[in-house]
Amino acid sequence: MIRGYPENMRKSIENVNKTRAKRLTETKADLTEAERKEVLNNYHPDYNPKFKRDLAWGPNKGDNIPNEVADVIEAYPVVNPDDIDLSKIDYDVGVLIIGAGGAGTSAALWALKKGVPADKILIATKLRLGDCNTVMAQGGIQAADRPEDSPLIHYLDVIGGGHFDNKPKLAKALVNDAPKIIKWHKELGMMYDQNPDGSFVENAGGGTSRNRMHCSKDYTGMEIFRVLKDEVINKEIPVVEFSPAVELLTDETGRIVGTILYNIETKQYFVVKAKVTIMTTGGFGRLHVAGFPTTNHYGATADGIVMAYRAGAKLRNLESTQFHPTGAAFPEQMLGLLITEKVRSLGGQVLGYDGEQICYPLEPRDVEASSLIKCCASTDNYVETPTGMRGVWLDSPLIEELKGKGSVEKNLSAMYRMMQRFDIDISKDPILVYPTLHYQNGGILHDENCYSSLKGLLAAGEISGGVHGKNRLMGNSLLEVNVFGRRAGITAAKEYKKKGVKSGKLSLDHVKKSVESLDALKMKEIRHSPMILPEYRSEAVRDRLVKLYEDSC
Amino acid sequence: MAKTELKTKAENKTQMVKIYIMGSMYEVPSSLTIMKAIEYAGFKLTRGSGCRAGFCGACATVYRKEGDFRIYTALACQTQVEEGMYLAQMPFVPANKAKYDMETLDPIVGTMLQYYPEVARCLSCNACSRVCPQEIQVMDYVQYSLQGQFDKAAAVSFDCVQCGLCAIRCPAEIPQYHVAMLARRLHGKHNMKAPETLEKRVKEIEDGEYEEGFKELMSLPKDKLRHKYYHERDFIDQKKA
Repeated sequence: MIRGYPENMRKSIENVNKTRAKRLTETKADLTEAERKEVLNNYHPDYNPKFKRDLAWGPNKGDNIPNEVADVIEAYPVVNPDDIDLSKIDYDVGVLIIGAGGAGTSAALWALKKGVPADKILIATKLRLGDCNTVMAQGGIQAADRPEDSPLIHYLDVIGGGHFDNKPKLAKALVNDAPKIIKWHKELGMMYDQNPDGSFVENAGGGTSRNRMHCSKDYTGMEIFRVLKDEVINKEIPVVEFSPAVELLTDETGRIVGTILYNIETKQYFVVKAKVTIMTTGGFGRLHVAGFPTTNHYGATADGIVMAYRAGAKLRNLESTQFHPTGAAFPEQMLGLLITEKVRSLGGQVLGYDGEQICYPLEPRDVEASSLIKCCASTDNYVETPTGMRGVWLDSPLIEELKGKGSVEKNLSAMYRMMQRFDIDISKDPILVYPTLHYQNGGILHDENCYSSLKGLLAAGEISGGVHGKNRLMGNSLLEVNVFGRRAGITAAKEYKKKGVKSGKLSLDHVKKSVESLDALKMKEIRHSPMILPEYRSEAVRDRLVKLYEDSC
Repeated sequence: MAKTELKTKAENKTQMVKIYIMGSMYEVPSSLTIMKAIEYAGFKLTRGSGCRAGFCGACATVYRKEGDFRIYTALACQTQVEEGMYLAQMPFVPANKAKYDMETLDPIVGTMLQYYPEVARCLSCNACSRVCPQEIQVMDYVQYSLQGQFDKAAAVSFDCVQCGLCAIRCPAEIPQYHVAMLARRLHGKHNMKAPETLEKRVKEIEDGEYEEGFKELMSLPKDKLRHKYYHERDFIDQKKA
């Protein structure tokens, strides 16, 4: 090992160093529409039929979705409805929020702000308050607040990046609320990076035509979340931790009227009755779609989708999964962890073994990821690690040349620290990367006020479908959790105050019905869901990685 | 639940190391992080595993090594196992967070002393800085907070992942990471005012200035929208070839 890299990788780093001066002024051109199509069709896992199948039952029967997602939807409930005594209610609340990430906490704060008393709100979460993807988002949050930018330009970037498959009203809500969200965050005391003249630091992002990425170094999500969390505690909003929801409750009319929580430490069930329920359980990274490692937190197992679908909620855009172009491919300990897109926002380029650029560094994520997979799966211009992982270089030292000495440590302190722990100095040496499973583009269908297709159920955040179409741009997920978390909170307050809404008898009849539908499928493999936590105690976990490239070809 | 057996023998050429989890010995591949090693040993984690990427502070770990008197700390997801580690995971850190209404607070030293009077008890022993897995100069920001220098406290503490190890080691019983949170919020709210352009844009949106534009864009058929996206967008900030 020489400064963190083995000798054979060092050889390739010499190529990177040699070409750097030339590349300072040269950026490879972005792809045309036809070229984008070619690389997506041939290399993006979304477009590879062997990773997907048609959903066999329910409101979205026939949708072609990833096998791993179909696996948890085509699965029997973990709860036996007959085991639960629904006559004994443990929590009777106005607004129930399932999931304590960015969307859940925003929703709680806005429900409170709009008049729901704190003790009528309940946040229930699988792990701790804040074990979520929000806290891991690094690069930034988009908001078109500069004079040379506008929500309309942001809208076009979003829609084009999503392959024109976004739900227009959701995309509009996303971009139009963005400046309001930044204003709210500033009122709460969040620290967004500012220039000496007081203007915000705003960087580029893949697929954006203006620099509008607001950031807090590369700890943007953590800064946003820890302030939201601080505020939830200040406002004394009740939070139940280590208690994932395992099924929703319905009444005779199909209205959602609460949930069953399962305390994973005491192994007890709790019955929650709620006037309105907001689903903010996040995404599905820990299902390891197409065998990829993931950037997601430990609890990202699509539970919310499973529960809502059993109750009859319509889904949207689940055919599409986001693979972040730059996950760590080395050292092995960091495999699949996020190397923020901000490295490319600041000028970092993506290079092959020969040290030459592979593609334009700021394509929309699906295009960029596909270009990297293409390089590793169909050419020999990749770098191999001692454990057989393939990757390409992300030239972080170029940022020092472009933005001045010390700018890597200053702007990318999380990345710098992470790699420093393994003796790699990313201000001097490039980072080896390969795409990693990052984000669930689709999910529960809802409207711009977060109403799902089921009465009594709202949805917000990564669990939702339609905001990003078939591909999300950088900086639009931190935005999404705040925009739709806020909207869900406001809608929930309105619903809470409505007089004369009758909720009938609590039941799990929909769960029984789902069992009948599943029986009719005569599945060979009997699975159970929600998964709650992934299983990492077997050899299979590490074996899976080796297959990654074979499957990509 | 998958049935697992404790892996006590190397099954292939993987180099193994001996570690102790809560006092019991396990052999695990030397390439694993502490967190993955615990899973390899057969534990299914509930406490002590959150983001698994160094951002959430769930996996604070305390350990000693054979033949070494020192106490070490780490984030389990960010640290490779070593031969002879005696590991203990922190399931939770009891540290009281003050409750306050940000709207009513002034960015003055009195605010800090009102909510966290214990900052004045700092002994300057620097145990907090030594224990921090993010290598933050914790004692420095405690001192800055005590002096009301919230800009400096905010800057020094910024990379805090709130794992709570500092609060556990502190002989003066200060919940440092909560102190830092208040310091950062006071600084972020009062000393880092948003630029006027933000307020202006919010007002434009509230006045409906973009509604016409949205109506037009949202009614465009896909082929027109596609043309606009691929051929009419201008990039004014970024270098495009």
